[in-house]
Amino acid sequence: MTPHSIAEQIRDKFPEDVLEIVEFRSQVAIVIKKERLKEIMSLLHMHSDYSFDYLVDLCGVDYMNKKSPRFEVVYHLFSIKHRHFLRVRVQVDEDNPTVGTVTDIWKGADWHERECFDMYGIRFEGHPDLRRILMPEDWEGHPLRKDYPLKSDLGDLEWKGYRDLIEFSEKARQYEVR
Amino acid sequence: MDHTNNGKTEPNEFQLTEIEQGIKIIPGVNAVIAALDKVVNWSRYSSLWPMTFGLACCGIEMMTSGSSHYDLDRFGIIFRGSPRQSDCLIIAGTVTKKMAPIVRRVYDQMPEPRYVIAMGSCACTGNVYDTYSTVLGADKFLPVDVYIPGCPPRPEALMDGLIKLQQKIASESFRWSQWR
Amino acid sequence: MKDALRHRELTLNMGPQHPATHGVLRLVLEIDGETVVKCTPYVGYLHRGTEKLCEHRTYLSALPLMDRLDYISSMANDVGYCVAVERLFGIEPPQRAKFIRSMVCEMTRISSHILWLGTHALDIGAMTVFLYAFREREWIMDLFEMLCGARLTVSYPRIGGVRNDVSQEFLDSLYDFCEEFPSRIEEYETLIDQNRIWLQRTKGIGVISAEEAVNWGFTGPTLRGSGVDYDVRKYFPYDAYDQVEFDVPVGKEGDVYARYRCRMEELRQSVRIIKQCIEKLPKGPIMAPDAPKFTLPPKDKVLKDMEAMIHHFVMLTKGPITAPVGEIYSSVEVPKGELGFYIVSDGSGRPYRLRLRSPSFVHVSALPRLCVGSLVADVIANIGTIDVVLGECDR
Repeated sequence: MTPHSIAEQIRDKFPEDVLEIVEFRSQVAIVIKKERLKEIMSLLHMHSDYSFDYLVDLCGVDYMNKKSPRFEVVYHLFSIKHRHFLRVRVQVDEDNPTVGTVTDIWKGADWHERECFDMYGIRFEGHPDLRRILMPEDWEGHPLRKDYPLKSDLGDLEWKGYRDLIEFSEKARQYEVR
Repeated sequence: MDHTNNGKTEPNEFQLTEIEQGIKIIPGVNAVIAALDKVVNWSRYSSLWPMTFGLACCGIEMMTSGSSHYDLDRFGIIFRGSPRQSDCLIIAGTVTKKMAPIVRRVYDQMPEPRYVIAMGSCACTGNVYDTYSTVLGADKFLPVDVYIPGCPPRPEALMDGLIKLQQKIASESFRWSQWR
Repeated sequence: MKDALRHRELTLNMGPQHPATHGVLRLVLEIDGETVVKCTPYVGYLHRGTEKLCEHRTYLSALPLMDRLDYISSMANDVGYCVAVERLFGIEPPQRAKFIRSMVCEMTRISSHILWLGTHALDIGAMTVFLYAFREREWIMDLFEMLCGARLTVSYPRIGGVRNDVSQEFLDSLYDFCEEFPSRIEEYETLIDQNRIWLQRTKGIGVISAEEAVNWGFTGPTLRGSGVDYDVRKYFPYDAYDQVEFDVPVGKEGDVYARYRCRMEELRQSVRIIKQCIEKLPKGPIMAPDAPKFTLPPKDKVLKDMEAMIHHFVMLTKGPITAPVGEIYSSVEVPKGELGFYIVSDGSGRPYRLRLRSPSFVHVSALPRLCVGSLVADVIANIGTIDVVLGECDR
C-alpha cells in the first residue's frame, strides 16, 4: 500500500481527528488531534495491512509565533514487512501540553518521550518514568523551546549545581600549589 | 683543619665535574651532587602517569597517541584508571555543566603533586559549543597547567603539550617540601 | 546458621568516569551477589546542545557540528546530513561525488568497526587485539589526511557533492589497503574467533529476539544479529549504493557472538564495496551544477565573477535563502545503526528544526533489558556489543 492510501484510509476511519494530509518530496504526513492518538497508533501497529512495527523516531517541534497550537509531536513509523513509511504529527497546545504515551505499543518510545519532555515540557500520560534525561534532574526550564536562551552564560537562570561548583572552586583556590 | 694543602697544587682526588648546569658528579665514585629540586623534578616528569579522562572526540586521539604508532610509553607515560594513582589529569573533550562537578571531584581525589592538561579546544575555551549546557573551558573551575588547542589536536600536538608540561615541572622549585 | 548471614542487594555506581564505559555513560546497578537485579543508565553528560545550535547556524555552517556526533565515524555523519539537505532542497549530486562519498563512508565503517573490535575485546580481556586494531586505523587516518587534511573530524562532504577531488595517489593507496586488509581481518579472527574464553564470554549473552529488537527500535548490526535484514543502504538507497553489489550479513541467535560475526563480515563487504567504487569511479564534476544557489561557489570564480561573489556573501551570512518550505526525514546507515535527520525548513537559510535520530540513544535505553538477570561481567560485554558512542547519544 502506498503511504498516501494509508493516510486516506485513516482519514476515512477517524474523520474528526485527521486535520490534514501533507505530502512533500514523496513523504506523507498526517496531522491529527491528540485525543484519539492511542487508538490510531494501535491501529497502525496491529492491523495487518499497515503493521508499522518499527517506531523510527519521536520528537517535538516548537512553532512559537508561527502557528497555533504551539507544539507538535512528530512520530515517524516504518513497516519492515511492507516497506512503507509514514509520518504522524500530533498538535499539542501550550496551555495543556500533555499527550498520551505510546510506550505500551513500542518500547523504544520510552527514552524518546523522556527527551521530548526534557526539551519541550510536553508531558506524556501513562509514561512509566517521566523525568529528565539529557539535562540534570533538577534543571529548570526546557532548553529547546524557542524562548530559551542559547548561550552558556545563563545569569540568574543558572543551574544550582554549577553555581555551587564555581563557589567551591573559588574557595579551593587558596589551597592550590603555585 | 687546614684544607689548602700547604699552598701546593696537587690533583684533587675528588674531582667535581659539572655534567649539566647545576648537576655535578664525582667520577669513580657513584655520587651525584645536585639541588634536590632538580632530582625530584626529574623523577616526576620522567614518569607522568595521567588519568584517562576521555570525554569526547579528543579522547580518541588520546587513545591513538597511547597506541603503538605514536607511543606514549617511551615518555614514561602509563594511563591509570584511578585518580588516586595518577599524577596528571588530561581533560580531553567538552566539559558540560552536568559533568563538571564530577571532573572537579576526580581532580580533588588526586594526590599532590598533580597537574591538569586541557586537551582540545573544547576543554580550553569551549570551542563552538557556546550553549546552555556547556562550560566554556575547564579552567572555569580547575587550575589548568597546559592548554593544547586543536579540534582534535594531532597526537604530535598532544606529545608537544606533554613535553611542555615536563618543562614546566622541570622549572618548579621547592614543591617537594612541606615548608614551601 | 543460614539466617545468621544477612544479605542484601548492593547498589553499584559505574560512574561517568570509567575505563570501560566507552565515554561518559553512567550505570547504576543493583546487584544480588553477582547477578544484576536492576540497571539504570544515566546519559546527558556530553549533551552539548547541537540541535539548538544548528537552529542558529546556516545549513552550511551546521555541517562541522555533525562530525562530532559519532566522532569515530565522522564521514558517515556528514554524508547523512548532506543527503538529508539535498533531499530537502531537491539537488542531485553528480555521479563522481556519489561514488566518492560511498567510498569514504565504507572506509569510515571499517575504521569504526575495528575500533569497536579493539575496545570490545579490551574490555572483555583480550588486550592484544586493541594494538592490532589501532595499527589499521592509523592507515585509514593517513588516507583521510591525504584526502582532505584532517584525521578524525573531517568536514569533507558538502551539500551537493564533496569539497575536493580525489587524487590518483589516494586511489592507489586505497587499493593497496583493500588488497592488504582481508589478511588483517583473518589475523584478528585467529586471535579471538575460536578462543574458548571469548566464546564462553560472548555466546548466549545479551540475547534478544527479532520482534523485540524491532520493537525497541534497534538498527544496524545490533538488529541484524537477531535475524532482521534491515539495512538503510538496501531499503532507502542513497549515493552509489544501488550501483554496487554487496551482501548484508545477518546473524541468527541474537547474542553478543552473532553481532560480533555480523560486524566482522561487514568489514569484508566494505572492502568489496570500496574496490567496486574505485573501479567504477566515473569522471566528471564533484559538485552539483545548481550548487551556487545552495552551497558556496568555487573559490576561483568568487574572486573574478561578480555574481559568484554575491552568492558567496549571501550564502555565508544568510544561508541558502531559496530553500523550500517543508520537512523531510532522511536516514543513512552509519556503522552504529540508522542515523536519521528530520529537518523542518521555513524558507530561511537556517534550519527551523533539526532533529537527529541517533542509534546509540535507542541502544542505551535497551541496556536494562539486556543486562537484568545476567552477571556483572556480562554488563561489560553488553555495553561493548551495542557499540555506543556517547557523543551521538547525547548530541
